[in-house]
Amino acid sequence: MDLIGADLTEKSLKLHLEGLPGVDAVGLEQRAAGLGTRSIKTTSKAWALDTIIKLIDLTTLEGADTPGKVRSLVAKAVNPDPSDPSTPRVAAVCVYGDMVPSAVEALGSSWSNGKDDGINVAAVATAFPSGRASLAVKLADTADAVANGADEIDMVIDRGAFLAGKYGIVFDQIVAVKEACRRADGTYAHLKVILETGELNTYDNVRKASWLSILAGGDFIKTSTGKVAPAATLPVTLLMLEVVRDWHKLTGERIGVKPAGGIRSSKDAIKYLVTVAETVGEEWLQPHLFRFGASSLLNDVLLQRQKLTTGRYSGPDYVTID
Amino acid sequence: MECKQVTRLAVPKTYKLYIGGKFPRSESGRTYEVLSKKGAFLANAALASRKDARDAVVAARAALAGWSGATGYNRGQVLYRIAELLEGRREQFAEELISSEGLTKAAAAKQVDTAIDAWVWYAGWADKYVQVAGNGNPVSGPYFNLSTPEPTGVVAIVAPQSGESLLGLVAVVAPAILAGNTVVVVASESAPLAAINLSEVLATSDVPGGVVNILTGSPKEIAPWLAGHADVNALDLAGAEGLDWVYLQVIAADTLKRVLPPVTGAPAPSLERIVAFTETKTVWHTKSLI
Repeated sequence: MDLIGADLTEKSLKLHLEGLPGVDAVGLEQRAAGLGTRSIKTTSKAWALDTIIKLIDLTTLEGADTPGKVRSLVAKAVNPDPSDPSTPRVAAVCVYGDMVPSAVEALGSSWSNGKDDGINVAAVATAFPSGRASLAVKLADTADAVANGADEIDMVIDRGAFLAGKYGIVFDQIVAVKEACRRADGTYAHLKVILETGELNTYDNVRKASWLSILAGGDFIKTSTGKVAPAATLPVTLLMLEVVRDWHKLTGERIGVKPAGGIRSSKDAIKYLVTVAETVGEEWLQPHLFRFGASSLLNDVLLQRQKLTTGRYSGPDYVTID
Repeated sequence: MECKQVTRLAVPKTYKLYIGGKFPRSESGRTYEVLSKKGAFLANAALASRKDARDAVVAARAALAGWSGATGYNRGQVLYRIAELLEGRREQFAEELISSEGLTKAAAAKQVDTAIDAWVWYAGWADKYVQVAGNGNPVSGPYFNLSTPEPTGVVAIVAPQSGESLLGLVAVVAPAILAGNTVVVVASESAPLAAINLSEVLATSDVPGGVVNILTGSPKEIAPWLAGHADVNALDLAGAEGLDWVYLQVIAADTLKRVLPPVTGAPAPSLERIVAFTETKTVWHTKSLI
């Protein structure tokens, strides 16, 4: 492992992560606030709204989810605005592991199934959202979702171990889960690693956890489960994007970022687009490199989209309730 | 300390909008000059933009569930409380009407008193109009069949624009909120000061924020946005006489709004204005659950 400058051991990993430079919290927040002040209007706004839709992981993660709820979510993912067929499709639907078969069945021919066009099915796994289960259970959870057809796995890291400084445990678990993402044909489901930044307390920890997850082989780093407040914030996402940028410079490898939870308005989502474009470049504004984990965001984007097409303010009665 | 001749600087008031229980400036940053009847400068008022109207609709929609879910009795108490607080500020309102509308002292006092009485009159109806407008319908079967008026939702109002700036506003707002609707009202353009002072009364009188949202500015500019807004359920064109109100009705029809046509002056208190912004819901319920 050239990147950490020594053989990979618990000690060298720890030395490497703790040797990362500290985060300038004030500077980070000011930079994020500055990026949030851009005014995006008319044609740029129309482009931004369509881009946001294409980047959404339309999510339902409730204890009360049913196959019927998943079917209606999928219908919305395939055809977000029935009154306007030019509306793009979302990138993926994100559900609990046991709902994967329902999602795959409901998607039918719209399911990507490994191809580039089509909608992916993402499943949360590894005892989401707490991550408090034995490794065997986490791996079985993951393997089951992959076997059922999940194209993407959203795993949670063991925050308890991370905060206790046991980086080796967290690292090994990510590696093991990545291996559990292997399909029968030898390909891998995409692995998104949820850091749950709301529980990591400091920006320094977010930077460490991001490096750790990327070193361990995560394809995506994701801010939050959406079950803990605060969920995604602009400064945290900016910080994670900076890690991704540094990693790309170092290795040429492109890692994805997914802010999730708490992004409800188009205005907020556009701030994220600006931040991505200014930090890692516009190349990242594609579904395989950037996603929004959201449920209510889509409706707000559709309302804004209708406002741009009709010239009049739209209302929640004109989009589907979910 | 001895200061014999100190010139005290007057502290003029900043007149702002009233949206969601708060007093924001216009999002656009614009203001316009409010002049007295004789053309003298009175104040700068906020010139609301379409985005202020949009924000007001969002606030009104958010307040709807709580306000329409309150009992009629409770809403009546809140309306009566508005009258109580208005009573305590009679002189302030009268003075402002004298300067902005050029009224005599007696005429101004009369308008304020009539406005207070209108609140009390409507407050009394709050727990009674359902009994008058609703009905237990006779049906041949073991069922109750009940019709009750329910609030229409978010009502956009163009307040009367000519004369009686306080009474005109009260006469259109009170019946709408009494039935559980929430309102976005565009105040009199030429005499908006009474409306802004009324918003201070509303903010301190148990009316939840967002139930009444008051915009000052040009009805000509804002009314089309409200008429076309898909999240507005009804449109009261009371003060739209000077606007192209047929066009407003046409675009309101696109989203199936209930619309009231323009009136001259402040409409007199009436049960019709209460029922105008209600929808009749009829339910069947079995008698035999024993």
